[in-house]
Amino acid sequence: MVALKAVFLKDLALAYRQRAELMQPLMFFVLVITLFPLAVGPNLETLQRIGGGVIWVAAILSLLLGMERMFRDDFADGSLEQYILSPTPLYMIVVVKVFTHWLMHIVPLFLISPLLAVFLNLTMDMYVALMLTLLLGTPLISFVGAIGVALTVGLHRGGVLLALLLIPIFIPLLIFATSAIESASMLLPYHPQLAIIAALLLFSVALSPMAIAYSLKVSQN
Amino acid sequence: MRVLLAQQVACEKSDRQLFSDINIELHSGQLLYVTGENGAGKTSLLRILVGLSQPAAGYVEINGHDCHKVVHGASERLLYFGHKQGISQLLTATENLRFWCQQHAIDTNDEAIHAKLAELGLTGLEDIAVKNLSAGQQRRVALAKLWLKTDANIWVLDEPFTALDVHLIAELESKMKVFLNAGGAIVMTSHQVLNIDYPMSNLHLEYSW
Amino acid sequence: MWKWINSFAKPEKAYWLCDVLQNWFAVVAIASLSVGLVWGLGFAPSDYQQGDSYRIIYIHVPSAILAMGAYVAMAIAALVGIVWQWRTAYMFMVAIAPVGAVMTLISLFTGSLWGKPMWGTWWFWDARLTSQLILLFLYLGVISLYTAFEDKQQAGKAAGVMAMVGVINIPIIHFSVEWWNTLHQGASITKIGKPSIALEMYVPLLVCILGFAAFIGWVTIIRMKNEIILRDLHRPWVAKRFGGAEFASVDVGGAKLSDAENNDKQSLKSGGND
Repeated sequence: MVALKAVFLKDLALAYRQRAELMQPLMFFVLVITLFPLAVGPNLETLQRIGGGVIWVAAILSLLLGMERMFRDDFADGSLEQYILSPTPLYMIVVVKVFTHWLMHIVPLFLISPLLAVFLNLTMDMYVALMLTLLLGTPLISFVGAIGVALTVGLHRGGVLLALLLIPIFIPLLIFATSAIESASMLLPYHPQLAIIAALLLFSVALSPMAIAYSLKVSQN
Repeated sequence: MRVLLAQQVACEKSDRQLFSDINIELHSGQLLYVTGENGAGKTSLLRILVGLSQPAAGYVEINGHDCHKVVHGASERLLYFGHKQGISQLLTATENLRFWCQQHAIDTNDEAIHAKLAELGLTGLEDIAVKNLSAGQQRRVALAKLWLKTDANIWVLDEPFTALDVHLIAELESKMKVFLNAGGAIVMTSHQVLNIDYPMSNLHLEYSW
Repeated sequence: MWKWINSFAKPEKAYWLCDVLQNWFAVVAIASLSVGLVWGLGFAPSDYQQGDSYRIIYIHVPSAILAMGAYVAMAIAALVGIVWQWRTAYMFMVAIAPVGAVMTLISLFTGSLWGKPMWGTWWFWDARLTSQLILLFLYLGVISLYTAFEDKQQAGKAAGVMAMVGVINIPIIHFSVEWWNTLHQGASITKIGKPSIALEMYVPLLVCILGFAAFIGWVTIIRMKNEIILRDLHRPWVAKRFGGAEFASVDVGGAKLSDAENNDKQSLKSGGND
């Protein structure tokens, strides 16, 4: 327990000392969303129709960008080796690391999303649906994405390959999340979609730590 | 007490066989010195022995635990010092060591850590981010782990003398001798000639053409 | 029996098996494909709704089903490789991946061809085509990941993890895309392959599926033999089997190398310590 709490605090400290780097995916998120009104015209109705989808696609892309730093520094400086050789099982350390990383990246996203909802003319119901889907869906992205990050951590140009690997895997989440927002826009209930996303989340949180730990060891080889 | 057992260990990298049929039995108080040219596989062997790399064949056991089945169980009393230093560049020396001790359930406090750092000639540098230290100083921060994990009974050191000055090399060598006399076992590689007044066995890896 | 099965972990034994199976797969493939395709494309009765343009299903459906099947086979091989450490399992993965990817391309291409007479467009976002497209990306992901690693054993493990993640996701993707499709297009269009199909059309379809499966097997076996030789180039059994002056002085644990391999060794040396 002490060890896991230490990992959590260490990653928080490191994130704080790299906070400039943390801002980049967030800025990317905002920029991508800004592109859409510029690209499809400022018609508010159109923007509302595509708004949920645009924010979700931008969120996936921006989280993918920020994911690389999950294990990169630990791999480079040998901390990962020390984690593997420490008394705490690697999969537990991995859960803490992924959770901390998610926290660091999602909190700014949440804070900025009201602004973006206004940019794309989302209604209040749509906004609530967006927040709920982000809350349930982004940990899923982090945990499953971490598998891809762990596999590519030792590669030199891993960034685009990571996106190539992970985007197909996130498509179901995208479908259910945007469908929930769309249902919300029509004032229809969207519990089923949320339930499915939650189920996917539980499934991946249960299985991914072992996969991530194994992938890290493969990269170590 | 048998600390390390390796049976018929083979290693393959990029489909080429580096070595095969390596058998090692290490008991308390023994020192194994692994030598060989660059590229012969010394680092690969050490990484297989601690459980970081998978061997192509063979079995490795540390303190009775299978190294590759449950790595963290086997490494409880192991201390591994590899090419990568194992410390975070953005944290200070004190923070790094404090964190490492928490990972390894070593009960210590900042004063003790400062004392160890002072022993290694790092007084005044304890609270600077490690990235601002020189290579040799960073190496010394990493080496402080040897001083801190007192319940370790096996050290696996991959070229521990790199980037150290003569004085510190001598100090490390005497530290190793103390450890060996107390019943610890060491597996190490080095490019320097070892000046430890202690019986050692040698494993020489040939770079096969 | 387990010992016999385990013997196929050795590339030499696997190569022998490939040799044995290769011609059988070839014969079945050529026979089934010629019979099935000629029958389906030429002699099966016309569909009362779609006329003759439906005949593309004799290529589209087998390739679509088997593209999925090949991915599952790849994932099973990945599992065998990771759990039981079979080198030959990774070689199988490498052999079948591009074959499956091409099958997916064929299904996408023929699906698109089918769409033109049916809906008047070259592409339409129906559930099956969209799923196949995502499957293609999954294949490309596994292949790209494999080629990104230099150490092929490590590459096999990494690509294997990705293949298993993909295979778990395939049903999820399938279900979500189907659901997405009904949501956005209404129920009327998704009738491809759903209505009961007449026996005279169904039998040639089965023959074609068999033919495609055998064809995939045949090509995969040839590729696998290639991969085995490539990876085991320096082992004595390869030298004994294919003999030749360059391999005359091969021995276990190291080899006298020809000049090309010397350069390889140089780069290994300069790449830093092991």
